[in-house]
Amino acid sequence: MLLIPCPHCGPRDETEFHYGGQAHVPYPGNPNELDDRQWAEFLFYRENPKGAFAERWLHSTGCRQWFNMVRDTATYDIQAVYRMGEPRPTTTPPGGGSRATGGPTGPSAAHAGTPASPEGARP
Amino acid sequence: MADTQQLDTPQDIPRDLHGLRRSPASLLHEVFAAGSTGGVVELSELEFLTMAGIRVDPQSETATRIASVTDGLPAHCGDVTGGGTNGKPDTAVLWLGPTEFLVVAPPDAHETLGGTLVPALVEALADGQGQVVDLSANRTTFELTGPRARAVLEKGCSLDLHPRVHPAGTALSTEVGGIPVILWKTAEDTYRILPRASFATFLGSWLLDAMREYASPEVP
Repeated sequence: MLLIPCPHCGPRDETEFHYGGQAHVPYPGNPNELDDRQWAEFLFYRENPKGAFAERWLHSTGCRQWFNMVRDTATYDIQAVYRMGEPRPTTTPPGGGSRATGGPTGPSAAHAGTPASPEGARP
Repeated sequence: MADTQQLDTPQDIPRDLHGLRRSPASLLHEVFAAGSTGGVVELSELEFLTMAGIRVDPQSETATRIASVTDGLPAHCGDVTGGGTNGKPDTAVLWLGPTEFLVVAPPDAHETLGGTLVPALVEALADGQGQVVDLSANRTTFELTGPRARAVLEKGCSLDLHPRVHPAGTALSTEVGGIPVILWKTAEDTYRILPRASFATFLGSWLLDAMREYASPEVP
């Protein structure tokens, strides 16, 4: 059981939450210009890293608010929790964060350079 | 079809509908009484409390108008405003989310019994952004009281219920026995548990089961 620190309610059991998939997937600027493959990639293609992963979560039994969380998919270590619309914080867990991955390049390196687009705030 | 039409005309609706209504856990009232042990832990249902859901941005002017009706809106998770400290002794506002609140008031605050709570809130909302919804039938209210009440709840709730962390006057939206409820500690050793109506029978039976061991004398 994960103990998830909701930014509004504090630490609560995982059973109070719902998972919302990968965070920071921007809606296409002009969906009409996408071909089928690009549209399918927007809809269905998601990262599947071993290591730090930015996800959306919904505290459905508590404050009913969405928030973002950076979680290590191998160790379940929760590295950061931040609100919707905020950019992904740089998370370098102290003391050898890639202890479980062991790969030469951390999977989170692919994310670190790209500025996360703020989402959640509707126009 | 003809029956529906008949019921829709006001003169055919019985005058005293309140004598006919049944609370969600009404079938359990006798077992609640039988399963309660005075001075140890007691369970009862508070019937037909008036509840109104409010959604409003607390920073907005609309919220200020609504707060003047409810004597303030709670600001943080767990906070409860009202409830005994002001002119409306039993009207309290519970924090459910950053923009979501629940007003709980006695049954006679409902307009069908001559109260004015919901119309006053709707009037305060006016055309501002937000919503006021009469949720009186959404949830029912259990009252669990006694020195063992916390021990009963701790069997099915993973929150820290120690008075140091969870003092009286705290309301949290969480799970008890796997059921989503609002857990509201109204006084030392007194909890109100607000499940949705359809979960009332299950949660009532669950609480009775959890209370059963405290009915017998403690084995040293």
